[in-house]
Amino acid sequence: MQLSSTDRAMLEGDHGDGVAFAMELVVKLAEVSNAPALIDITSAHIDGCLYHGEAGTDFVERLVIGGASVSVPTTLNVSSLDLLHPELYRGSPDVAAAARRLMDLHVALGCEATWTCAPYQLAVRPSLGQQIAWGESNAIVFANSVLGARTNRYGDFADLACAITGRAPFAGLHTDAGRAATVVVNLDLDSRWHERELLYPLLGHWIGMRCGNGIPAIVGLDGGTSEDELKALGAAAASSGATAMFHAVGITPEASTLEQATRSRGIPQLVVSDADLIAIRENIGTSAGRLGAVSVGTPHMSAAELTRLAALAGGNQSSVPFYVNTSRSVCASVPPDTMEALTAFGATVVTDTCTYITPIMGEIEGTVMTNSAKWAYYAPGNLGVEVALGSLRECVASAIAGTVDLDPFS
Amino acid sequence: MTTVLVDGDASGQLLVLEEPLSFWGGVDAGSGRIIDRSHHAVGESVTGKILFMPHGRGSSSSASVIAETIRNGVGPAGFILAEPDDIVVTGVFVANHLYGTSVPVMITNLPEIPGRSVHLSARGACNVEAE
Repeated sequence: MQLSSTDRAMLEGDHGDGVAFAMELVVKLAEVSNAPALIDITSAHIDGCLYHGEAGTDFVERLVIGGASVSVPTTLNVSSLDLLHPELYRGSPDVAAAARRLMDLHVALGCEATWTCAPYQLAVRPSLGQQIAWGESNAIVFANSVLGARTNRYGDFADLACAITGRAPFAGLHTDAGRAATVVVNLDLDSRWHERELLYPLLGHWIGMRCGNGIPAIVGLDGGTSEDELKALGAAAASSGATAMFHAVGITPEASTLEQATRSRGIPQLVVSDADLIAIRENIGTSAGRLGAVSVGTPHMSAAELTRLAALAGGNQSSVPFYVNTSRSVCASVPPDTMEALTAFGATVVTDTCTYITPIMGEIEGTVMTNSAKWAYYAPGNLGVEVALGSLRECVASAIAGTVDLDPFS
Repeated sequence: MTTVLVDGDASGQLLVLEEPLSFWGGVDAGSGRIIDRSHHAVGESVTGKILFMPHGRGSSSSASVIAETIRNGVGPAGFILAEPDDIVVTGVFVANHLYGTSVPVMITNLPEIPGRSVHLSARGACNVEAE
């Protein structure tokens, strides 16, 4: 592997012990991926600020003590705490203190206190062809697929090591060849699916299960598919599978045509049918029964989604706890009357974290409904709850009624 | 053919996981037990084992949880993989640096190690030990 003179200087400790430790990890990952060299990155997004135990804190503390700081603009993923609404946290004070310390250490390295899993909803975001090092599976798939920026799946520690050195292994999705589609997904669906927002989480879940860590090229999505819909698709695929990138032919920037997405190679073809998507909704959760709570906004809701939620609420009141996960930056960007409408509806707005990774929801009796296939995938294991998956409209209607109220697909 | 991904030296009983395991949500970092109820080895302990997995799975937070099990002294003694996995490598590499452990990660063919107890050496040797 070819290291530049700056890379070698970092490795040898010329920039301090913290940078040397970070560079050792970057070089180790480059070896594992057979990268010929390292490349410059223009931004990083760090997943390690969510508290999993003291090892994460030990790592960041070693970097801080070693005099390191991030060398590129670096955003932070969700943490374990909602700093804007601390009263929502129901966990132990000891864990809260440890989680806060981990957050503070990241800020001490120069990371921005964004606390969001949807950094692509911030004002500044990477553009087509930019090399970046992002953690958080849904952010990775969105950056690669929708923005056309280039990142591999960086896990905890690796994302921060890249942020500190400003370098990443030149391999996989950082390269032209590594971004070619590996499987074609043809939609063979009733035309009404294109008006159903559940198309996107259900299709994403199916893709994750069927395509593993491959790169699907999806043929047949509507040209007007929105960023929020692509966000839901990618988040679902990166939860049920290891999807790091997809192409939506005619929509995403590296797939004007199927030939561009596949680089004109012959690759396997899959077909997804109405029955496939209906089966996924049935397998993910229940379709009837008492509703205990609703949680929407995984990944964090955009301003457009908050506006739509406020309109759907329409002056009604939820009869169950209704949680809305979003970021502090999105909250600050919507008009005050949107937030007032959500409050009038009885919604609890959660920022900086998410309801499936930290104790915010109380004892729930009954099913929890969500519009997120990702939340539905992780919450049963993390929280021990039963889930139902519905559109945002179905979530609001069910919350008002107090029972799971799904439209049958027919 | 053996490839050393992370240097180390370890002996332990072989635990073969035919399905990949996500440490995040799949292993209790306090006890080292497998808690993923959908995994065939649920209830087994990874502590002190030479863990074979075809590759890692799932969340990128698994690197933290692997490091946390090693920090708590309940992690695997070593890993054998069928293909490179940067999440496993990252978690082990960082833990070895922070805690002075020498947990190895290697790629080798499982059929070469049919015994129950194996030794992985820093030079990349993988020896089956008699019981």
